[in-house]
Amino acid sequence: MTLKQTPLNAAHRAMGAKMVDFGGWDMPVNYGSQIDEHHQVRNDCGMFDVCHMRVVDAKGDGVRAFLRYLLANNADKIILPGKALYSAMLRPDGGVIDDLIIYFMTEQWFRIVVNAGTADKDIAWMKQQAAAHAPSLTITSRDDLAMVAIQGPNARAKVWQVLPQTKAATEGLVNFQAADCGEYFVARTGYTGEDGFEVMLPKEKVEAFWYALNKAGVKPIGLGARDTLRLEAGMNLYGQDMDESINPLEAGMAWTVDLNSERDFIGKAALLANPPTRKLVGLVLLDRGVLRGHQQVHTAHGAGEITSGSFSPTLEKSIALARVPNGVQIGDTVQVAIRDKMLAAQVVKYPFARNGKAVI
Amino acid sequence: MSNPSNLKYTASHEWVKTEADGTISIGITEHAQELLGDMVFVEAPAVGRKLKAKEECAVVESVKAAADVYAPVSGEVTAVNSALDSAPEAINSEPYGAWIFKMKPDNAADVAALLDAAAYQAVVDSEAH
Repeated sequence: MTLKQTPLNAAHRAMGAKMVDFGGWDMPVNYGSQIDEHHQVRNDCGMFDVCHMRVVDAKGDGVRAFLRYLLANNADKIILPGKALYSAMLRPDGGVIDDLIIYFMTEQWFRIVVNAGTADKDIAWMKQQAAAHAPSLTITSRDDLAMVAIQGPNARAKVWQVLPQTKAATEGLVNFQAADCGEYFVARTGYTGEDGFEVMLPKEKVEAFWYALNKAGVKPIGLGARDTLRLEAGMNLYGQDMDESINPLEAGMAWTVDLNSERDFIGKAALLANPPTRKLVGLVLLDRGVLRGHQQVHTAHGAGEITSGSFSPTLEKSIALARVPNGVQIGDTVQVAIRDKMLAAQVVKYPFARNGKAVI
Repeated sequence: MSNPSNLKYTASHEWVKTEADGTISIGITEHAQELLGDMVFVEAPAVGRKLKAKEECAVVESVKAAADVYAPVSGEVTAVNSALDSAPEAINSEPYGAWIFKMKPDNAADVAALLDAAAYQAVVDSEAH
């Protein structure tokens, strides 16, 4: 199978990236040391090629009402123009089709950013639901757009250095808010637990933008560090921490599921009928070793499983997200089966790190 | 990439150095550490453990993945490099200096029969295609 390439493929190779097959995309896993790249983002800033993710525009009268029905989080929560909302999109049985971000631009235009591996099924689902419930809406996959994430305490300043024309419109953005600056759509969002921007721009301009950022001192960061950064920040990864077989309330997503309002949404009845029996918790390994996805967790309340695990460069310990029975409490010690051994881990409240610092 | 010519190698990416006292030191190759990336944990076999050739006996873990290390020949574990407990990254910076464990081989001829540097390079090249 031929791997798909982003418009930055040649730039990655020129910058010494080690490339890997990431869900059918030829992507950089690191440009040298993954741990150095992780610290680079926590302490200064770095840039990520996220062109494989998909931008979708939903346009037309009644788009807010449609999203209110389509998504588990409530689109009515975003009123300030440009404001973003993280949400799950659920199947009627409550399983998670994808997690995504919607941006409220106007009452006729919401922008949606979805995961790479799920983009085609997401768009098919959105179009199917729109045809049934809001046939006048248009759902457009913006295959003409590229996306770069610039993350870290110095990220915004570097973007303004490279794109000074966007500064006036973006320096007042609060966290989780975007501004449409013509060719550049600049959002104060990310997947690292650090400040920064995600910039959407025309595909043909992204390589020049990438090199301009690099010239301004922004180092490229691979998917390896992206994963340890998001894990420390306690952010879910679709396909690992949740998928179509998982109830979002058992995936640490209760804060994104609005069951309080009167509004109906796809999956709501199933969630109400099936209260969660498990929950997502953080683990810190007390013994020596490395926690990994799919390792079995033994607790006083029954078995659980690690959904994401790795080594935390910030804590210099192994950490994980694990789905365990509801009875497990913060502070409990549990046992994790690693090869032929049972190793002790402590249950903690995540995130593990934010804004450059350990928070547990 | 240059694999030292005074070492022997396995197709599973271990290097083997014969020491003056007849024991052998075992580590993982430059190519193996490059594939795995930043090392964060090494689990060595117990001293005194008897190993058979190709037996899984140690584990090296990078941020990215865990990989088994295999005994290159049959023999007994005589020492482990405890410096790697606190500095596993030495495997990245000096793969041919960072030995993981030492063995007394049952049969010195088994060591002589391992791959030389050129034959090991051929294994690496064939995996790239």
